[in-house]
Amino acid sequence: MAQYILKRVLSGALTILILMTVTFFLMHAIPGSPFVKGEQNMPEELLARLEEKYGMDKPLWQQYLTYLKNFLTGDFGDSFKKADTSVNEIIGRGFPISARVGAVAVVVSVVVGLGLGILSAVRRGSLFDGGAMVFATIGISVPTFVTAVLLMYLFAGVLKILPTYGLTTWKHYILPVTCLSFSPIAYIARMTRSSMLEVMQQDYIRTARAKGVKEFMVILQHGLRNAILPVVTYLGTLIASLLTGTFVVERLYAIPGIGKYYVDSISARDYNVILGLTVFLGIFVVICNIVVDVLYCIIDPRVKISE
Amino acid sequence: MQNPSMENPYELLNPEERDAEQFSRPSISYWQDAWRRLRKDKLAMFGMVFIAIVALFAIFGPMFCPYEYDTSDFTAISQPPSAQHWFGTDALGRDLYVRILYGARISLSIGVVAAAVNMVIGVVYGGIAGFMGGKVDNIMMRIVDILIALPSMLYIIILMMFMGSTVQSILIAQCISSWVGTARITRSQVVSLKSQEYVLAARLAGRSNWQILLSHLLPNSMGPIIVSVTFLIPSAIFSEAFLSFLGIGIQKPMASWGSLANDAIETLNSAPYQMMFPIAAISLTMFSLNFIGDGLRDALDPKLKR
Repeated sequence: MAQYILKRVLSGALTILILMTVTFFLMHAIPGSPFVKGEQNMPEELLARLEEKYGMDKPLWQQYLTYLKNFLTGDFGDSFKKADTSVNEIIGRGFPISARVGAVAVVVSVVVGLGLGILSAVRRGSLFDGGAMVFATIGISVPTFVTAVLLMYLFAGVLKILPTYGLTTWKHYILPVTCLSFSPIAYIARMTRSSMLEVMQQDYIRTARAKGVKEFMVILQHGLRNAILPVVTYLGTLIASLLTGTFVVERLYAIPGIGKYYVDSISARDYNVILGLTVFLGIFVVICNIVVDVLYCIIDPRVKISE
Repeated sequence: MQNPSMENPYELLNPEERDAEQFSRPSISYWQDAWRRLRKDKLAMFGMVFIAIVALFAIFGPMFCPYEYDTSDFTAISQPPSAQHWFGTDALGRDLYVRILYGARISLSIGVVAAAVNMVIGVVYGGIAGFMGGKVDNIMMRIVDILIALPSMLYIIILMMFMGSTVQSILIAQCISSWVGTARITRSQVVSLKSQEYVLAARLAGRSNWQILLSHLLPNSMGPIIVSVTFLIPSAIFSEAFLSFLGIGIQKPMASWGSLANDAIETLNSAPYQMMFPIAAISLTMFSLNFIGDGLRDALDPKLKR
């Protein structure tokens, strides 16, 4: 187990190193100075001073080594656009907020998705099953920004019952979390349904029923325990898709999370913030994936770690 | 007097019994069979018809429309849908119907081109990795693991920043990031097929590696590959809409469904139709493509049928 985790961590570190290197050189290869905006004329001297301040007067490889060295000590550098703001501060401010919304969305997705999936598998062919699967198909097809816009229009524009700006009370969570978890719920429901249908035909389910175990317990203990495995593998993808969803949802609902900072720094062409946030998000996703895979091995003892 | 039946111990079977062992239908190929199954899938057929209609309108629609996508009419700003402007006009007085048709051109061409390029890259890459096996396979698949470990949207955004916001860069970014799924599927198909007897027979008959790969292994892996490529089309369309919605995709005055939705955010409460038409267009297209994908999966890979 320890060996497996070590291997995964090393390959994750390599992934991050490549991501960082490629992003670094791409960001520095974009033509034009990051300090000059459009046609604006900036005095040569000022430009030189700015470049000196950010170490951009040195050759590129030296800048890269400096960045790498700072990165290894956990320092992502400074923003090019916001005076005296470091990328670390932006992460420190934005990440906890995004993580809170994201965590709620993960819980909601898993609970509702599993619930819908189990119920439609148990009542296969019923009206509920049909409805749930139509809902799931809609959820899989509709992009997050469509859901986000529609919910915003409906609940905040027409009905005026839910707030859409910021993140101060629990009510503020309802719309963003619904948008973020809509399509994950659909995926999980579809997956749970099909794997439940398969599991419930197994011999050990018949055995459990024959032993007189209550149907409720058969479904939960014998059915779900086995049917949940594909859902666990999906969790890695779920986190990646929530991340992409965050970009849209935080922007629309004005939530000061990491996704909003990311999108803002893209439109501001703040290369250092983009670079730092990209690497940070990369690390986050890689860690989540490792955790999910280790979890999978723990839940399913049949999975052999050494492939 | 002898019994006639003794004279001729053999009796003709009645025709019904005789033909019972025969196949009543002419034998059909895998593809014919798949098409037969697909035709019965109502949702998939609906999807195909809808996409065909969208494609026809996207190609020919703008020719029959009196407006251009970039001409503003300041006497008709934010007009609701009417006989002159079927889908209304936007905040600059541009006809939304023609803009949505141009958006359809962009979305459909990005979807089709991205899927085609990804299929070629993925099939070649996965085919080589699976067929070579050993070290080559190991290294090639580690590269895939590294690419797949991160959400593709991160690369796509970085590449878009680097290449600038044009249709071409959306396509290139899409092609760099999303062939990995197809490569994995092709590889696993090829790995499982290459130990089959007919491959050995082909080898004994003196076929080269390339001939075996191209004429035996890949054609037999086509079903799952096509299914995975079908799902690439909606995901490419989604990426474009997502980027344009965030303002880093298609740039003004060109219109795509994502950028139309982005433009409509500010007027969401005063002119909701400006938002509803583009998001209806993208949602219906995504539904249709997903229905087609589901239908194809059930038709080409009946084992997977839910």
